[in-house]
Amino acid sequence: MSLTRAQVEGIAHLARLEITEAQLPVYVDSLSRIIDLVEQLATADTGGVEPMAHPLAEQVQRLRADEVTESDRHDKYQQNATAVAAGLYLVPKVLD
Amino acid sequence: MSLHTLTVAELSAGLKARRFSSLELTLHFLGRIEKMSPALNAFVTITADRALADARAADERLARGQGGPLTGVPIAHKDIFCTDGILTTCASKMLSNFVAPYDATVVERWKAAGTVLLGKTNMDEFAMGSSNETSFYGPVCNPWDPNRVPGGSSGGSAAAVAGCLAPAASGTDTGGSIRQPAALTNLTGIKPTYGRVSRYGMIAFASSLDQAGVLTRSAEDAALLLGAMAGFDPRDSTSVDAPVPDYVAELSRPLAGLRVGVIREFFDKGLDPAVGALVQDAINALRAAGATVRDVSLPALPLSVPTYYVVAPAECSSNLSRFDGVRFGHRCESPRDLLDLYKRSRGEGFGAEVKRRIMTGTYVLSAGYYDAYYLKAQKVRQLIAADFARAFGEVDVVIGPTSPTPAFALGSKTSDPITMYLNDIYTIGANLAGLPAISIPCGFVQQGGRDLPVGLQLVGPHFAESLLLSVSHQYQRLTDWHKRLPTEYA
Repeated sequence: MSLTRAQVEGIAHLARLEITEAQLPVYVDSLSRIIDLVEQLATADTGGVEPMAHPLAEQVQRLRADEVTESDRHDKYQQNATAVAAGLYLVPKVLD
Repeated sequence: MSLHTLTVAELSAGLKARRFSSLELTLHFLGRIEKMSPALNAFVTITADRALADARAADERLARGQGGPLTGVPIAHKDIFCTDGILTTCASKMLSNFVAPYDATVVERWKAAGTVLLGKTNMDEFAMGSSNETSFYGPVCNPWDPNRVPGGSSGGSAAAVAGCLAPAASGTDTGGSIRQPAALTNLTGIKPTYGRVSRYGMIAFASSLDQAGVLTRSAEDAALLLGAMAGFDPRDSTSVDAPVPDYVAELSRPLAGLRVGVIREFFDKGLDPAVGALVQDAINALRAAGATVRDVSLPALPLSVPTYYVVAPAECSSNLSRFDGVRFGHRCESPRDLLDLYKRSRGEGFGAEVKRRIMTGTYVLSAGYYDAYYLKAQKVRQLIAADFARAFGEVDVVIGPTSPTPAFALGSKTSDPITMYLNDIYTIGANLAGLPAISIPCGFVQQGGRDLPVGLQLVGPHFAESLLLSVSHQYQRLTDWHKRLPTEYA
């Protein structure tokens, strides 16, 4: 199946990825080929088969007590951010 | 005696007997890395100061008669593992400025075992690749032939260990990223059962498939290092709370009586006949040593590549949404608004293959396509897992080639993603089913006047790591393929 240019632009927008004009045809081509590859899945008879979400079927999600176990280390973590002030992360203005 | 050609087990004995100090050993490896790593491009970061401090601390412990088998042994970590206070890039521009604020559990455990950190190894960007050519830091070369790839995504770890720049290194394997580079560089590489090793602090690619493991020059070394890495970790919600066997103690289990199943589907038209012949020789050697060999059929397995290229990109698109240019990682200059900040930071920070996988995942998860692709892939994944489970009702391990070809030329498969994806055709099944799998050296093919290594793959039932390691160890007692080193690096 061939994806259209508009479809790939739509996917890139959903994924919040800027794709340049020059890159766009390359992605149209390679994503179309990947979709062709995955369409082989349609040949499998999966009637009555449960979807597998986790590789160990017997595993159950562990729960823990609702207790504070971590200390506040936001100063250290925020050293990796480009724009912070007063312990907050800065982003462009969202509301006028 | 060349220190760099010794195995971890030999280094461990030498350190214990004080035949050499950890400092001598560490300086020796740092010297080799400085001299030889630029040509291989195996390391992103060399942690020389940290290595020397680790070595001195190890020597003090050894002098007091303390420490375990890994005390003072130098190692390298794939740059996907967070290392507190040390650059952790995942070989991406996105994280080229990221200093991890904590240690991954794997890093913490090897540190607690007394290892010496030499540095962080190059890899495919965010572990997405099979040739180590998608790295922001450039491709890694294969020590067996500088014009060929070392495999990927743990290509830097493979090149470092194969080139004797480190005695062992960590890796991660989402679709073959430990086993395939191990096969292409003559190493032993094990991907444990899903949940056996903690994923905490290991930068996520596809969370239902990712597992950490090791690349070494022998199965014995893999047993030593996996034992020091594995085990329950409450910080990983999918970590399995089960005791870790003494992998080294169980290496002596004999081959006699072992039931081996040869995966018929792996001997297909895509397999290089020279590779197939060496794998067959290895199977014959196991039979001669007392194993019983029969064919097994896993009919859904040929669909593992399309299944993987739905499941892995779907999980990747979700996992990599955390890179938003706000809290860490690359941030674009002067964003106009929040949307522009997201789009340009991600557009600039991610390389072409990572973007391709994020978009593939976004597409297969999008409204109207979810059932046809994602749900369908999860059902086929169930069929593949059921095929393996059925086989393990009849045999103890299943066996076949690790990779369809030996190492290929740099640049030869980068233009078509599908050609690249098919390198992992034999390795992906174990990830989809969450099974442990190992690749071990089983011979060489000659191409272009070079000897190129070939890997034999063994897959076992869940938590059968000790069986895979013991079979590999017994095979390595019968053969010496794993002892061969690339001439320029020996």
